[in-house]
Amino acid sequence: MGKRVGMEVSIAAAEAVKQCNVDVISAYPITPQTHIVEKLSELVANGELDAEFFCVESEHSALSVCVGAAAAGARAFTCTSSQGLALMSEITFIASGLRLPMLMILANRTLSAPLSIWNDHSDAMMIRDCGWIQFFVENGQEVYDHVFISYRLGEDPSVLFPVIINMDGFILSHVIEPIELIEQEKIDQFLPPYQPLYRLHPDRPITMGAYALPSIFMETKKAQEVALRSSIPKILETWKAFGEMTGRYYSPVETYKAEDAETLLVTMGSFGETASVAVDRMRKEGRAVGLVKIRLWRPFPFEAFKRATLHAKQLVVIDRAISVGACGPVASEIKAALYGEPVRPSIYNFVAGISGRDVAPSDFIKMVDKAEVEIEEGNREGFELYGVRE
Amino acid sequence: MTETLNVFAVRTLTQKEYFAPGHRSCQGCGEALAVRLVLKALGRNVIIANATGCMEIVSSPLPFTSWRVPWIHVAFENTAAVASGIEAALKVLMRKGRIPKKKIVTLAMAGDGGTADIGIQALSGALERGHDFIYVCTDNEAYMNTGIQRSSSTPFGASTTTSPAGRMKMGQITWKKNMAAIAAAHNIPYVATACPSYPIDLVQKVRKAAEIPGPAYIHILSVCPTGWRSAPELSIKLGRLAVETGIFPLYEVEYGRYHLSIDFPKLKPVKEYIKLQGRFRHLTDEMIEEIQDRTQREYEILRERMKRGF
Ligand SMILES: Cc1ncc(C[n+]2csc(CCOP(=O)(O)OP(=O)(O)O)c2C)c(N)n1
Ligand code: SF4
Ligand SMILES: [Mg+2]
Repeated sequence: MGKRVGMEVSIAAAEAVKQCNVDVISAYPITPQTHIVEKLSELVANGELDAEFFCVESEHSALSVCVGAAAAGARAFTCTSSQGLALMSEITFIASGLRLPMLMILANRTLSAPLSIWNDHSDAMMIRDCGWIQFFVENGQEVYDHVFISYRLGEDPSVLFPVIINMDGFILSHVIEPIELIEQEKIDQFLPPYQPLYRLHPDRPITMGAYALPSIFMETKKAQEVALRSSIPKILETWKAFGEMTGRYYSPVETYKAEDAETLLVTMGSFGETASVAVDRMRKEGRAVGLVKIRLWRPFPFEAFKRATLHAKQLVVIDRAISVGACGPVASEIKAALYGEPVRPSIYNFVAGISGRDVAPSDFIKMVDKAEVEIEEGNREGFELYGVRE
Repeated sequence: MTETLNVFAVRTLTQKEYFAPGHRSCQGCGEALAVRLVLKALGRNVIIANATGCMEIVSSPLPFTSWRVPWIHVAFENTAAVASGIEAALKVLMRKGRIPKKKIVTLAMAGDGGTADIGIQALSGALERGHDFIYVCTDNEAYMNTGIQRSSSTPFGASTTTSPAGRMKMGQITWKKNMAAIAAAHNIPYVATACPSYPIDLVQKVRKAAEIPGPAYIHILSVCPTGWRSAPELSIKLGRLAVETGIFPLYEVEYGRYHLSIDFPKLKPVKEYIKLQGRFRHLTDEMIEEIQDRTQREYEILRERMKRGF
């Protein structure tokens, strides 16, 4: 077993990146991502990590540097938040279209306006369709673990996709948690150096990033879509291998006291831990409430999600972002996922905790209360922003 | 010096083509010629990052490619950053022994729009960081790929689709941005201007850029018959006139020291250059006079710099 150390989650993330022996790091500072890059630059400056580190002039360039580096066969890393991601967004689509593996840690933060440095998932939702593998993690250990998982997965010749680890800004990035570190020898075995199928090199010239006319574009998009969808078995396999190495097993959709539950809370990210406390309290009162946590956001695990939820009478989906003029993006995904089922639970959607507004276990209980009453009264597809002062 | 500016010495260049024939540029395209010469100068040990623009579009319709050397296109404004990543990857992978050690030139290429406008931030960042790469701007003085819209590199008076000559305005009302001077202001080891109408000069500058460690910037005036409304068979002549009139002087800035590649005791009148191009058709004699004065003035400044050395 590895050492268990209390450390800030951002520092743990940087440690993991170091342990992956990345080749090129390129980033631009933005709260709350800064501690990760600061730590990494320190590790490079001290010679603890042999990598090319660039604090570039913008996030657009940060990701572009990673794209160039990955195309030349390097293991690349970047991290950002909010406005930084917005500036990068153009290149996120290109990185996946070019099938270039790399890792981005996204310390999730609200998109302006109004300007806010606090946490929600509006940044991640903006690039929902960018074609990367996207995880939402729940605690510091998951952040640390998923750095290794992401590189091994993304670089697999049958996958070749960039990966985003979403971790809630401040709520995760700035807290100190006990992290079980993995011995370097184990990591070296789990994650050998990146061997690209193709790389930019004069010995074997290739053209990357050619343009497509309508007569061929659909075919290239379909190839990408099929590849991303079919990466699910590889994702499961990678988690399994990781579990065998560490004893920590992950799954696309995690459940808590869900089997016999009539009402299921559905969350993504750090909400999961708080919601589980709420579930415990409600269980004590004899209420059949459980929790489903989505860890794999793209490719969306439709089958696993259905398996986890179809038996319930109602889902209370808590979104941490809003698709203004529609509803919470997770809720709309779930509605689409379950639409084809002959018998499906009612779905009540709350948007809560945006811009870092605190959501306590008691809030989850209130949301379940409210949803149960509303559904009982026939409002089967309700949507509201929770906790707004009127 | 005259030797390097000799048009016939071009026979001494390699017969090998790294930018394959059969690409889809217009007849008489100065950019395509510039690219071809740049690649001849560098040979096969090169990796190219190319911005969105004419040269990308004419060369890479899936599933075809005109590139016989490794080449990547990512987006419009980030070529210098992509090249930075490539250069960094080569460096670290060679250091870690994961690819064999050998000299591979990282070359970034973009048009004037991709350089002087939307890509200037990424370029400035890459120059400042000091990556060992060459950045070539093929300047055809407008956004040609999207249909001849003005850029900050479009010369005063030129009519484009977004700076049209009309009753109130006479085409572009601003003066051409001096990109080479901006690059030189980064105190990088090497900056040069070139034009494919002077092929040997161009090739030598590219080779020099490849040899000098650190960033190098080469600004290449590239005649575009489609956008300039000029006859395709006049492209080489127009490039020569641009230089001979002082509109586009050829020079180098080596570690801050200015050096004119070819000096003319007496410049040809700009009118000789202007009258061959439809984009200037509407210009009045007064406007041409204004261009003449400004050209002369700027040429003198350059000459003084050369005398001073910086
Ligand atoms: C972010 C972005 N904005 C706009 C465009 C559209 N666009 C593509 S090429 C181009 C003009 C290219 O002009 P230039 O760089 O001068 O190259 P040229 O085609 O003239 O060789 C424009 C505006 C784009 N591809 N990306
Ligand atoms: S529009 Fe101009 S630059 Fe573009 S391919 Fe044609 S001649 Fe060349
Ligand atoms: Mg142009």
